[in-house]
Amino acid sequence: MRVHVNGKARDVAAATLGALLRELDYEDGAIATALNQNFVRKTDRSKTPLKEGDAVEILVPRQGG
Amino acid sequence: MEADMDEDRLTIYGVALSSRLLAGTAQYPSPAILSCAIAAAKVEVATVSLRRESGGGRAGKNFWELIRELGVRVLPNTAGCRSVKEAVTTAEMAREVFGTPWIKLEVIGEEDSLQPDVFGLVEAASILAREGFQVFPYTTEDLVAAERLLAAGCEVLMPWGSPIGSGRGLNNPYALRSLRAHFPNVPIIVDAGIGAPSHAAAAMEMGFDAVLSNTAIARAGDPAKMARAFALAVEAGRIGYRAGLMHARDMAAPSTPVIGRAFSDFARA
Repeated sequence: MRVHVNGKARDVAAATLGALLRELDYEDGAIATALNQNFVRKTDRSKTPLKEGDAVEILVPRQGG
Repeated sequence: MEADMDEDRLTIYGVALSSRLLAGTAQYPSPAILSCAIAAAKVEVATVSLRRESGGGRAGKNFWELIRELGVRVLPNTAGCRSVKEAVTTAEMAREVFGTPWIKLEVIGEEDSLQPDVFGLVEAASILAREGFQVFPYTTEDLVAAERLLAAGCEVLMPWGSPIGSGRGLNNPYALRSLRAHFPNVPIIVDAGIGAPSHAAAAMEMGFDAVLSNTAIARAGDPAKMARAFALAVEAGRIGYRAGLMHARDMAAPSTPVIGRAFSDFARA
C-alpha cells in the first residue's frame, strides 16, 4: 500500500498507524502523529487503520522561535 | 529594593515568572551554546516547535532531553502554519508531546512579512481555548483583533515588534502604546523583530510585561553574552517603567538651580 509519510511516498505493509511507526523504526518516545491533517493520539495509533493514499505526519520536538 | 523586585512577578495562566525575557531555542550554533545562553539570562520560558524528522525520532528525543535538562518551562509554537486547521492540529500534537496546555499560536497570513492572519488566529484561538489550551496568540497591534482574542479566551497577547527575524525593533510605537493603554490589565509580551537589547528595554519602558527574543540572541557573535545583555535590558526597562519615566519636552529645562548662579547680575555682552 502506498501512503505519504512526511510528504514522501512510501510503500508499506503496515495496516495501522501504530504498525507503520514500528515498520519505519520510530521509537515510541517523543513523537506526535497526524493522519490526513487530523491529530491521532498516541493511545489511538494502533487502532487507526491506514488506507491507500493516506497522508501521515510524524513530528518530533525541535528548536523553535 | 531586592524584596520589591522579588514581588514583581509576571503571572500568566496562573504561573508566576521571575524572568520577563522569554527565549526562542532556534538558530543557535550548537546545543551547548543554547544551554549557556538560557543559563546566562536565567530564562524561565523557552519556545520550541514540532517538525518532521526521518531519523526514527532520535534527534527529536535528544533535543527534548536537552530542554528538560535546562529546567525551563516550554512554550510550543505553531510556527509556519498557514491555516486554522494546520495550527489546531499542530497544537494538539504539541500538547501530547510536550505535556503542556501552553501554545504560542501562529497563523501566518502573508509571506514577505510573516504577518499574522488575525482572522484565522481568532478562529484557531477559539477552538483551542474550548479544547482546554492556554493560548499565547502571536498577533499584530490591532486593537479589535486583540479584543476578539481576549473574548475567545486568551489571557495574554503577543504582538509583534516588527516582522519575525527582521531585527527592526518596535516598528509602530504609537500602535504598541495604544495596545498597552487599551488593555492595562492583560499580560502583553512583545514578540518578534526585537534586534537589540535597546529594543527590549524600550518595550519594557512602554509598560509591556515581557519580551520574547530568538534570532538576536541566537545569531549574535557571542549568544551567551547577548542573552545576558537582553536580560539586563529587560530588567532595566522594567524597573525604569515602574519608577515612572519623565515626559519628553521640546524646550530645555535647566537641571541645576538657576537661582544663585554666579555672575547672574552681570549684563551679557
